[in-house]
Amino acid sequence: MNQGAANMQWEVVIGLEVHVQLSTRSKIFSGASTAFGAEPNRQACAVDLGLPGVLPVLNENAVAMAVRFGLAIDAEIPEYSTFERKNYFYPDLPKGYQTSQMAHPIIGRGEVEITLPDGTTRTVRIHHAHMEEDAGKSLHEDYSGMSGIDLNRAGTPLLEIVSEPDMRSAEEASAYLRALHAIVTYLGISDGNMAEGSMRCDVNISLRPRGQQTLGTRAEIKNVNSFRFVERAIAFEIERQSELLEDGGIVVQETRLYDPDSDETRAMRTKEEANDYRYFPCPDLLPLMLDEAYVEHQRSLLPELPSEKRHRFTGELGLSAYDAGVLTASRPLAEYFERVHAVCGDAKLAANWVQGDLMARLNQDGLDISESPVSAEQLGGLLSRLADDTINGKAAKQVFADLWAYKGESADEIIAARGLKQVTDSGEIEALCDRVIADNPAQVTQYREASEDKRGKMIGFFVGQVMKASRGTANPPQVNAMLKEKLDALL
Amino acid sequence: MAIEHADVMRAAHLARLGLDDNDAERYVEDLSRILEMVDRLAEVDTEGVTPLSHPLDATQPLRADEVTEADRRDTFQRIAPATADGLYLVPRVVE
Amino acid sequence: MHDRTLAELARGLAGGEFTSRELTAALLERIERIDPALNSFISVTGEQALNAAERADSARQQGKAGALAGLPLAYKDIFCTEGVRTSAGSRMLDNFIAPYSATVVDKLERAGLVSLGKTNMDEFAMGSSNENSWYGPVKNPWNSELVPGGSSGGSAAAVAAGLVPAALGTDTGGSIRQPAAFCGITGLKPTYGRVSRYGMIAYASSLDQAGPMARSAEDCALLLNAMAGHDPRDSTSVSRAVPDYSRELDKPLDGLRIGLPAEYFGEGLDADVEKAVREAVKVYESLGARVIDVSLPHTGMAIPAYYVIAPAEASSNLSRFDGVRFGHRCDDPASLEDLYKRSRAEGFGEEVKRRILIGTHTLSEGFFDAYYRKAQQVRRLIRQDFLDAFDKVDVLMGPAAPTTAFKLGAKADPVQMYLQDIYTIAVNLAGIPGISIPAGLVGGNHPTDHRPVGLQILGPHFGEAHLLNVAHVYQQATDWHQRRPPVEGQA
Repeated sequence: MNQGAANMQWEVVIGLEVHVQLSTRSKIFSGASTAFGAEPNRQACAVDLGLPGVLPVLNENAVAMAVRFGLAIDAEIPEYSTFERKNYFYPDLPKGYQTSQMAHPIIGRGEVEITLPDGTTRTVRIHHAHMEEDAGKSLHEDYSGMSGIDLNRAGTPLLEIVSEPDMRSAEEASAYLRALHAIVTYLGISDGNMAEGSMRCDVNISLRPRGQQTLGTRAEIKNVNSFRFVERAIAFEIERQSELLEDGGIVVQETRLYDPDSDETRAMRTKEEANDYRYFPCPDLLPLMLDEAYVEHQRSLLPELPSEKRHRFTGELGLSAYDAGVLTASRPLAEYFERVHAVCGDAKLAANWVQGDLMARLNQDGLDISESPVSAEQLGGLLSRLADDTINGKAAKQVFADLWAYKGESADEIIAARGLKQVTDSGEIEALCDRVIADNPAQVTQYREASEDKRGKMIGFFVGQVMKASRGTANPPQVNAMLKEKLDALL
Repeated sequence: MAIEHADVMRAAHLARLGLDDNDAERYVEDLSRILEMVDRLAEVDTEGVTPLSHPLDATQPLRADEVTEADRRDTFQRIAPATADGLYLVPRVVE
Repeated sequence: MHDRTLAELARGLAGGEFTSRELTAALLERIERIDPALNSFISVTGEQALNAAERADSARQQGKAGALAGLPLAYKDIFCTEGVRTSAGSRMLDNFIAPYSATVVDKLERAGLVSLGKTNMDEFAMGSSNENSWYGPVKNPWNSELVPGGSSGGSAAAVAAGLVPAALGTDTGGSIRQPAAFCGITGLKPTYGRVSRYGMIAYASSLDQAGPMARSAEDCALLLNAMAGHDPRDSTSVSRAVPDYSRELDKPLDGLRIGLPAEYFGEGLDADVEKAVREAVKVYESLGARVIDVSLPHTGMAIPAYYVIAPAEASSNLSRFDGVRFGHRCDDPASLEDLYKRSRAEGFGEEVKRRILIGTHTLSEGFFDAYYRKAQQVRRLIRQDFLDAFDKVDVLMGPAAPTTAFKLGAKADPVQMYLQDIYTIAVNLAGIPGISIPAGLVGGNHPTDHRPVGLQILGPHFGEAHLLNVAHVYQQATDWHQRRPPVEGQA
């Protein structure tokens, strides 16, 4: 059965638990480095290894980052929070427990505004966010029948952001994830690199008949690590669960994994034993107290956030909701756009070029905005010349291509070198028009004989000829107007 | 609250302690007597009493976000039961 | 030399009467001769000790020796000592050469103290008789049929037998004070948080505290001066100025208000012990103190509360012993689960397993509120009893244990053994300091029938200086602390 039909009958309910690695220099409870890519276990210190007798001490920066996230989603920041131990055995969990927060998390209820592809916005409520330590990694390459354990990642600070089950489609889930990604990267509290695992997502998904209030049984899809996979995994899960339900079956509450290669989810092979994590207050850590002065100080450090920027872009700058959404998706992109705008002064022109020509080339070459060969100042300079009619659109594309290929320092330099300056002198344009009319008597006759509604199209031919004669430097609207005047005079 | 064979086996599994049936029987007996003693807690009226996790009313100190720990892998792995290529080895982990 | 106090030895070293090397060599020789019968040491580190002694001697020659330089001591084998086996009395750590040193070990080493080795103990500090050691039981120097008490039984026996003038112990429910009482020495459990726990293998983190065990209160003060203070590696260590514990030792006790808790003189208290304790109190009255009857109404609930909280914390603290990164690993594990289960079953002894099982059970789903939460509520009431009492009195006095040292094997039943700690355990739950000082010898007339009695003195949080003062003044007026057991070679 297809997904569309399923959606007619079933309402999809989705909640996300997103783990964000905080970009501290050292670990949450130890002074070991968190840098990515070190040789195995070279960044696992005594505390990370859980050697007998070691103790945790909380990283102040991890706390500050968590609080700034809370402020960014307008959340309650409780004065008092505690750490608990979540007990279970796994080789990548050195102490046999994960230090986490349960009874009193650092961040309370908040909300995140999401923008859907059609430009509409919605609010997803956040249940809470808590700090915890990351585990190490099990490497399954064969070491004579053994697995290898690398504990470099153990103790990396995580902020786990738990949403309410407020999302109703894969699209919404993906938009939510993008919104979180934007927030954490704007705040600079995470690099948001999903491929390196800096942001990982567990999806809770259930179906219920439309109109029903109680939630259906949910499946949890663990560790989905890209925006696209989240959409794919949810799409698969909706289909799987709706088929099950329609065949009169039931959804089993279980943990599943998404396999991008087969594009499906499958139940994890671990034995289905009821987990009993035996949470209890960590006796090695004391209650964390955050007073108002501290919270206000963190607030003063907040940058302009994506939703604030979006509202400014649609309001003050007059951009469409869609454009504002695209441009604010990441802080570097938004800042690039703002620098372009600052130079050229035309927000819509800047928005069109950043989203259009620039993004297309970046995507084509697989580059990030921060790696763009054309700086925001260069693009702004180019757009200034377009805006003040120094060059026309066609020339602008040529200048852009040259800037991209490092064939010039600035748009002005390229315009001068290539003689792309637009001809706006009406005398010059008039001469060109006269010559084209004189050189094409047959087309002039056709024009004169054509009905009025056809003439509009036929004038294009003459415009083309004039542009060609000017090597593209004539100002097209000016040419158009001049030709119309002259040809109409011949009627 | 009484403790039964199954409770002991369950706790042993959660704690990853290998127990055979004879061990378990002995622990059922010991643990029952201990819990019987512990059950006297129920006699205390604790209505409205906040649980006490730490004996002092202190709060968590914070550490500056600085890398202070050097790489000591070789020292740490000298006392490890099994390593290769800097990794700790365990019987194959299946997901 | 072997029966002098630290203070006397310090004077001998300072006056050039002997060198640290001579002193150390003499004690090492004595250990070699006497300890095989006592089994108070797990590891004797003779070579390192002689080297450290020589360093102290040369520092002294250069005029750079501190007050404690060159003085010998021993560590309970629960303190990590870099490069030296640290077993915690367990088969699990029989092969564990600590790769780092505990903060207190570092501090004392920097003060120039010379470690003779690591003392025997109940496995992971779980026990009150030292019969739970993988390395076999320790004999009481007063009579080899008797236990030395536990869990710091090795430290107590070694000090009492003249093998070392002082040793460190740890006290989670009485593990310094009860063996000090059984062996006739002075043992101080400081306020929770006064001494760093970093590098001390954790039993129950919210109760564990390290302290000195020596031949006098004056010696305990000397050691505490060097041990106490905030440790940036231990979040639960208190940042509060450390007084000079030696300064007020001689302060007169005029007007001292001594509280005698009714509950500490009730059923189960050995008549001889009670008599000795009451006589000690009379000595205090003769020194100007006033006795006030007080009540600690929740005393009877301390053991039940403790046997929920301590095993719960222990069950989690001991999860790191999993055969992966250090410690015992079973032969040829067939699977991960087999590795865990067999390594832990082989590595841990009976009492440790019992407490892990109890702790795991009481923390599990469905039992948490009735056990753990309830015990923590009762813990608050127990602490409040002490706070209320200290509104009325300066110190509390009573027996350290209900009986004198009992025979090896006499308490096969775990619950009977637990009741040993009836007078000491509430102190850990409340986090207050306590000291046990020799206050009599009971039993027959023959020297091997003598059994020491310990007087326990309790004070409010951070009242160590006063406790040491109260203990010291008594030791100036009596000679119980100078009585030595009839150890071979004594005459």
